Formats: sequence, structure tokens, C-alpha cells
Amino acid sequence: MPTIRLRRKAVDTTMRWTFYACAFLVILPLFLIFFDLVIKGAKELKWSLLTDLPRPVGEPGGGIANGILGSFVITLLTMLWSVPMAVMCGIYLAEYGRGKFASVVRFAVDSLTGVPSIIMGIFAYILIVLPMKRFSAWAGAVALTMIFIPIVVRTTEDMLRTVPKTVREAALALGIERWKTTLYIVVRTASAGILTGILLAMARIVGETAPLLFTALGNQFWQFRFDQPMAAMPLQVFSYAISPYEDWHDKAWAAALVLITIVLFINVGARVLTREKK
Amino acid sequence: MANIFEIRNLCGWFGDHQVLKNIRMEIAKFSVTSVMGPSGCGKSTFIRCLNRMHDLTPGFRMSGEILLDDVNIASDRVDPVNLRRRVGMVFQQPNPFPRMSVFENVAVGLKLNGKKMSRGELADAVERSLNMAALWNEVRDHLDRPGISLSGGQQQRLCIARALAVEPEVLLMDEPCSALDPVSTAKIEELIEDLSEKYTIVVVTHNMQQAARISDNVAFFLLGELIEMDKSGKIFTNPSDKRTEEYITGRFG
Repeated sequence: MPTIRLRRKAVDTTMRWTFYACAFLVILPLFLIFFDLVIKGAKELKWSLLTDLPRPVGEPGGGIANGILGSFVITLLTMLWSVPMAVMCGIYLAEYGRGKFASVVRFAVDSLTGVPSIIMGIFAYILIVLPMKRFSAWAGAVALTMIFIPIVVRTTEDMLRTVPKTVREAALALGIERWKTTLYIVVRTASAGILTGILLAMARIVGETAPLLFTALGNQFWQFRFDQPMAAMPLQVFSYAISPYEDWHDKAWAAALVLITIVLFINVGARVLTREKK
Repeated sequence: MANIFEIRNLCGWFGDHQVLKNIRMEIAKFSVTSVMGPSGCGKSTFIRCLNRMHDLTPGFRMSGEILLDDVNIASDRVDPVNLRRRVGMVFQQPNPFPRMSVFENVAVGLKLNGKKMSRGELADAVERSLNMAALWNEVRDHLDRPGISLSGGQQQRLCIARALAVEPEVLLMDEPCSALDPVSTAKIEELIEDLSEKYTIVVVTHNMQQAARISDNVAFFLLGELIEMDKSGKIFTNPSDKRTEEYITGRFG
């Protein structure tokens, strides 16, 4: 008996430590990436990085100010039409989506989530860049839309499904119309979760590079017109990183550090929102 | 007294399964009617027909007539939204709207039903409804607290206030006390008595003592059929049907 008990205990302990170890290994890369960026990016992490335009090769200094603004602009442009469309599609799936059309939509949305982001870039290139005969912020936003929408559709649907049926019944029993029940009662009940989903998707597209490579293209200068090529942080990280110059590599690290910090901030914001719900 | 509801040959199906069989019933205005019977006898299904809550249940259909003031509300031509403003409902589980304050919970029906009201009128209506639901004195100082922060019994009275705010004529209650403790139950029962002066009330209940205490009339359902309906005094002392007698003496159910 005692040997069996000992063995059982040993197995239990081993298994437990295996689970802990895997959990640790999973979060390890995040910290490694962050520390690596801090160490390698520190050298170029100056105030001018955030306020200056990129400079030509050989000139010291220069920053990613136009890229920060560009990322901000392209992201907001994307969300301007993507948020309402995605949320309403999510509402359709959760509240009305029965039958064949709904399962087609659901399947398509799931498939869209798995499409490599470079394909989205090529698609926007064909759809927008070729007819317009120029790279533009519009094209970048269209490419990002196709990444943003499926994520938000599914989180919206999932969040709406967590709203109990009794809430809908209570509203309908008051003689509130179905669409008002959906919009003002059900969506409101799930609003924190939906907003969290939007923020997480936003964090995701802020860092996307491939869809912007041949859509927004990037820009060395300030650009405020949506029909012109526009700078973006991930593009600047990319072009600094593939350059053959040592000081540009340092700038790539620093720009990447700025980028990941912004993404982390958005994610933390999303967390805080979810916590407030409870 | 005049009847507010006249139900004729009401049948209901979930898919192929018939759950209501030829129900005929009359419900008098300003009366309290208890609908009683063992689980699965169709009593909840029945009262959900009275405000067309089943419209959203896939696979449910019904036939027959439900006359509300001589208009057949079972007909597709009747708008369920308008019907539900006249026939309110309180559910088994207290279900205040999450993320809404006590005040908003009561006000939301008026707001979303498109009534044009000033802020003051709205506040008056909320106070009146909470008063009728015997909750005002307990919540008057924290109307901005979340509705779900109240106790279970208070939540149920909040739901009653919410239903009363849109000024229905009939109040349907689907086992309103089965999730509550005895003290809260007593309060709700008292409330039902008070409300019956102004409203017609139909209560589904499991609890025979409760039915005896609160109701003018009692309907006894069994396997989707209305076995018998009579004055509450009569049905508990001298039922006409053997099955009713067996149920109230505890031989089944």
C-alpha cells in the first residue's frame, strides 16, 4: 500500500510541475522579447525618436514621428468603418443568425481569421492600389479591415452569447421592440466584452506589417492625405531593420520597442475594461 | 365581473409534441388566478401564450383563440409588441438588467417604448412604480446602485416595478417566488393582493398553500389539459374532479 501511495504522489507532483513549467515556457518569450528590445533599443530611445522625421543615411538622429502618426491614422481609418460593420455582423450572428446563411457567414469569418496577412495586402493592392495607380493610406486601411473584422465579429458574437436569455425575455416582455432590445439592452449588457474585443483587435492591427508593405507603402515625410503613401511604425521597423547600416539597426530596435509598448498599453486597457465589468 | 381574457380551444405544440390541449378558460378582470399543476403540465407554456412570449421560440405553434377584451391576440395580425405593453410579465428568476441602476431598470421600459417624458415625469413614474412594488422605501436612497446589487427578494420586486412602469392591464407571473426565501415570498404575496385592486394577475405556482392564500380562482393543469377551474375556496375543499383531489392531497405531483 505505502509504495502505491508514494508512486501516486510522485506522479501527481511530476504532472503538476509539468503544467507549471509549460505555463512558464509560454509566457517566457514575451519577457525575452521585451527585455531584448529594451537592451538593444535603449541606445536610440531618445525623445527625438518620437518627435523627428527619419533622416537620410549617414546623418545622425532622426525618428519615427511620422510613422507613429501614420499608424494612428491608418488604424483609426480602419476602425471607422470596421467597428460598426463587425459589431453589427456579430449581432446578426448572435441574435438572428439561424439557418444556412448564418453558418456560411460563420464559416467565412472563421476562414478569414486564418488567411495570412500578406494575402490581405495583395488583395488590397489589386483592389485599391492598381485602380488608383498609387499606394495610399486608404489601401492600407482596407487591408487591415480584413484582419480586424473577423476578430471583432467573433468576439462580439461570443460576448453576446454570454448574455442570458432571461435578459432578452425581460426586455421583450416590457413591449420593447426586438431591435431596441438587441441594441439598448443586450449589446449594452455585453458592452465591456465587446469593447475589449475591439481593443485587442486594434492592438493586433497596429503591429501588422505585411498588409501595409504594398498598400500604405511607407513614407519618409509627413503625409496627411489619405490617397498618398503613408508611413507606419511597423513599416519603419522593417525598413530600418533590413538596411545595411548599424545605426539604422539600432533605430529599428528602438522603434520596435515603442511599437510593442503601445500594443501592451492597448492590451492592458482591454484588461482593465473587462475587470470593471465584474 | 367582466372577463378580460376568454380562451377558447387553445392548443400548443413544441414541434410534434402537443403541450396544451384544448384549453378553455375565462379570466375575470381584477382577479388573481393561480395556475397550478405538477412540473411539465404546461402551465408556464400556457401563460406565455397570453403575451405571445413563444413567438421567439423556434418550433412552437399554437391554435385556438385568446380573446383579450374581445380581440383575438393569438392572431398573427396582432402586434405582439403592443400586446406585451398591455400584458406584462414577471419571471421565475429575478432578472434585472445587468449594468443598469435601480432607476434605469424601472425607467428603461418607458424610455424605449418611445414615450415622450420630461426628466421629472420619468422620475415620478419610477417612484410610483417602485412604490406600487413596495420597494421605494428600501431603495429611495440608492437609486443609482446596480439593480443586481439588491437582494433576491428586492430584485424580484424591482422586476415587478419594472413591469408596472409601462402601465399594463394584466400581470403574468411565472413562479415569481420559487427562487425566494420565505420572508421575501410573504412580501410578494402581500404585494399580489394589493396589486389585484388595479390589475388582473395570473400566477403560475407550484405551491398549493400559496395558491390558496393569494388567489380568487385556481386552475389545475395536468399533462397539458385544464382539468378544472374554480373559486379557490371550492377547489381546495371540494374539488369536482378526482385528479384534482389526488393532486391537492399529495397523492402525485
